[in-house]
Amino acid sequence: MAAVAHDTHGHHDAHGHHDHGHHEESFVSKYIFSEDHKMIGKQFLVTAVFMGIVAMLLSILFRIQLAWPGESSNFLSFFLGETWAPGGVLKEDMYLGLVTIHGTIMVFFLLTGGLSGTFSNILIPLQLGARDMASGFLNMLSYWFFCLSSIIMFVSLFVETGPAMAGWTVYPPLSALPQSISGNGLGMTLWLFSMAIFIAGSLIGSLNYIVTVLNLRTTGMTMTRMPLTIWAFFVTAILGVLSFPVLLSAALLLIMDRLAGTSFYLSDIIVGGEMLTNHGGSPILFQHLFWFLGHPEVYIVLLPALGLSSEIIATNARKPIFGYRAMIGSILAIGFLSFIVWGHHMFITGMNPFLGSVFVFTTLLIAIPSAVKVFNYITTLWKGSLVLTPAMLFAIGLVSTFITGGVTGIILADSALDIAIHDTYFVVAHFHIVMGMSAVFGMFGGVYHWFPKMYGRMMNTRLGYAHFWITIVGAYGVFFPMHFVGLAGAPRRYYDYSVYNEFDTNSYDMIMDLNVIVTVFAIIAALGQSLFLFNFFYSIYRGPKAPQNPWKSNTLEWTTPVEHVHGNWPGEIPTVYRWPYDYSKPGAEEDYIPQNVPLAEGEEEH
Amino acid sequence: MGGKLITLIVIVLGVIAIAQLVRVYELTSKLRNRGEHDITERDNNLNGKMMFGFMLAMYAFFFYLMATFGWTGRGEAASNIGKETDWLLDLNFIIIIAVFFLTNTLLFYFSYKYVRKPGVKALYFPHNNKLEMIWTIVPACVLAVIIILGLKKWNDATGDAKKEAIRVELFSKQFDWTARYSGKDNQLGRFDYKLTTDNNELALLTAETIDSAIASMENGPNGIKTLESKLNDAKLMMIPEDREKMETDLSRKQRMIRLLYQMKERHDNKSDKAVWDDVIQKDTLFLCVNKEYEFNFRAKDVIHSAFFPHFRAQMNTVPGMVTRFKFTPDITTKDMRERMNNPKFNYVLMCNKICGGAHYKMKMIVVVLEETQYKSWMASKKSFKDSYFAAAAAAAAPATMPADSTAVAKDSVSVAMN
Repeated sequence: MAAVAHDTHGHHDAHGHHDHGHHEESFVSKYIFSEDHKMIGKQFLVTAVFMGIVAMLLSILFRIQLAWPGESSNFLSFFLGETWAPGGVLKEDMYLGLVTIHGTIMVFFLLTGGLSGTFSNILIPLQLGARDMASGFLNMLSYWFFCLSSIIMFVSLFVETGPAMAGWTVYPPLSALPQSISGNGLGMTLWLFSMAIFIAGSLIGSLNYIVTVLNLRTTGMTMTRMPLTIWAFFVTAILGVLSFPVLLSAALLLIMDRLAGTSFYLSDIIVGGEMLTNHGGSPILFQHLFWFLGHPEVYIVLLPALGLSSEIIATNARKPIFGYRAMIGSILAIGFLSFIVWGHHMFITGMNPFLGSVFVFTTLLIAIPSAVKVFNYITTLWKGSLVLTPAMLFAIGLVSTFITGGVTGIILADSALDIAIHDTYFVVAHFHIVMGMSAVFGMFGGVYHWFPKMYGRMMNTRLGYAHFWITIVGAYGVFFPMHFVGLAGAPRRYYDYSVYNEFDTNSYDMIMDLNVIVTVFAIIAALGQSLFLFNFFYSIYRGPKAPQNPWKSNTLEWTTPVEHVHGNWPGEIPTVYRWPYDYSKPGAEEDYIPQNVPLAEGEEEH
Repeated sequence: MGGKLITLIVIVLGVIAIAQLVRVYELTSKLRNRGEHDITERDNNLNGKMMFGFMLAMYAFFFYLMATFGWTGRGEAASNIGKETDWLLDLNFIIIIAVFFLTNTLLFYFSYKYVRKPGVKALYFPHNNKLEMIWTIVPACVLAVIIILGLKKWNDATGDAKKEAIRVELFSKQFDWTARYSGKDNQLGRFDYKLTTDNNELALLTAETIDSAIASMENGPNGIKTLESKLNDAKLMMIPEDREKMETDLSRKQRMIRLLYQMKERHDNKSDKAVWDDVIQKDTLFLCVNKEYEFNFRAKDVIHSAFFPHFRAQMNTVPGMVTRFKFTPDITTKDMRERMNNPKFNYVLMCNKICGGAHYKMKMIVVVLEETQYKSWMASKKSFKDSYFAAAAAAAAPATMPADSTAVAKDSVSVAMN
């Protein structure tokens, strides 16, 4: 029914478009409160880019402190002023505030909202052959919740007592006790409210994606003919729906502990000379709830990036993705396993060691579907005819960071080894490469690849190349050395490693040397992003016009006209006859056969 | 101000310069009738070569870091479990570094080798069950080995300590550590956080400490009596917020005092002995070489983590519960200094869970001694009993507690009257 209703709606709008001046095309409904999935996707992207710039800037601020502790910096005093950087030297509390907000924005606002929000919105209807999302209105709401939560999180940086400072994981009691650190007042409250709104928006969006994938596929688009991007978005949305409510409950209990005097997470505490009466709560409970979301969250971030890169790699290798069904299987396996591994974040919290061993087992199992994915990507490149577009470079870069960050996960998943490196920079290096870099590479790849679809124009290729090379050199330059900082035993979230000077001068020298290397590369990588920003905004307005199918790709989004129409296809929705990966099929004239081309006489489906 | 203006101008000019360059580039592309989506052979081959070059550079960087910094960043493991950890870590590193090189090499080599060449079509190769079976089963087998070895080691590390292991409590608070040795009976005495007073920071539980906690809560400087008299004093002017704060404080203390009286009723003096012989130690943690230690961890305010990087040991300290970890230090500080060739080296206990602004300063130096040295150091230490009563006597000498609090009350009265 929904599909039928949408069809008529779509035709109606397409008609309106030809008429010009149709009432639905007013500025507000087109650019602000738009219910069109393509516009909503772009809104997500631009908001996420803004938040990403903020979070990147925060990281540069604290990296300066780490490399040159205690030295006055004009850059710091410019951004933080006398309150938080008196004399150009960062304050201890603000260091933790920067770290906290950097992590929160990057994980939730850039890589969850930005990545999945942007590309699920743009690609799900286009690649499935749907006129729009199942519910355009809910889709619009999901963006505006996201936008509101972004604004609250951003504003929390300017609160007089500082933003939240308890780390992005906001473990209580630290986050629950206003006396324990200055950012625990209004800053922490804003953090919690922002996240609660973010979760609501994310849930609405995810439900919409799931319904759309299940109900609005065009004729012939069976589940096993869906592009891997859609499979990835679909499983991501399911993970989000199942895990985000748990984070919401964790946040609500924390809000109650803070504001209503409950004791969910508090027991036997004396803080700032005050003896609290709270008794019987458990801080470990919060960690269980948090990581029940927190671990699937890693895959909520990663799967869309893997989906995008599958599509980009197959298209630009001019080869079918190797092992399509194995790829779907591994996405499902990763999705399932991601729910039963959360305890590996808690090996040394005092959780029962037996429970720890179960989590070691389930966690290491994830390495199997991940290995399958990596080998399948590599085999897709083998004997291909690679067209190294900027998007393709980023997709290959993603596979590399996925490997490099993934293998260190094997060490961290092993509880016996985790004891020695838990919460050191080794962990920081691991998750930044495997989750941060891979997802960012996937996102950049996606932007370069689908930019013509989003804006009808092309991005500059040369600038794209320069951007890629600076980014990958920066990524490895920052995070390779960080492993060694961690192996030297340096705990994360330390304001100043000069303390090492008091007991181990060898480690001190080493950590200080490495921190300078890391910071220099971080600054280079951050400057490199300005190339992307310039390219992105310049091309939106001045880029050369895009052809309809610039990458000679098979999926349905490239059968829509370059100029956007509400309802996506001006006429009939195309019918699908084949899988999306018929590249370089023997017997075909061209090296690609779009999904809407019927099978030739005697041709077999893959 | 001038500096900022110049920076701004430079940035604006830079953006304009790039925009002009891009414009020129676009015009030449247009002249050659080439769109942005057409990747030229030259660009394609160049990027293919750069892929390969990047791989070599990345490996070179990796080897440079290994050679310069390596695993030796914190020296060899100085405990029994640490030695096993390092062995297993090395094994795992060999496996993952092999995988890292194998897969990255294939990835970057293929990206270079199979760059589009005119006239060469890609191979249509959608799947191959045999290959896929291989790279499912081989990783599964390797992981099985990793899991089995890891779990065996994990069980050893987290199992119960031996009976004769020395019990030591590590008490954490923002932002320092306090150690409590279990004394002659090798048994840590009981505690309850409500008993925390200036003279009993670790809140140890004996008949005397209960009495003193009750006394200080009732008659102490900010005790119930003082609060009540202040709140009931009609002449005392107070800001409403202060009054409200004082009222909450009072009601909290009234609840606490009931619990303390209950505790007093139920208390059995037999357990006091275990408390009195305990030894409290600040600043430096002294350990005896080749003796097993079982550490009991407590936290006063927020979660901390007891991290001994050199012993490869770590455990979170959690308010409201006791966590445990055991290890046997097996290299003395003196030996380690020689091995590290660093006469100033010391073992350390660091906090490794974000706990507030001064988190990074929260540490305790650890010294591992020979048994004879350790014993003579221990003999020099006062038991909790001695230090507790000595401090109580000292406090009693100049002015007694109740007198103090009446003085405070009188002060506030006189202030109010003025």
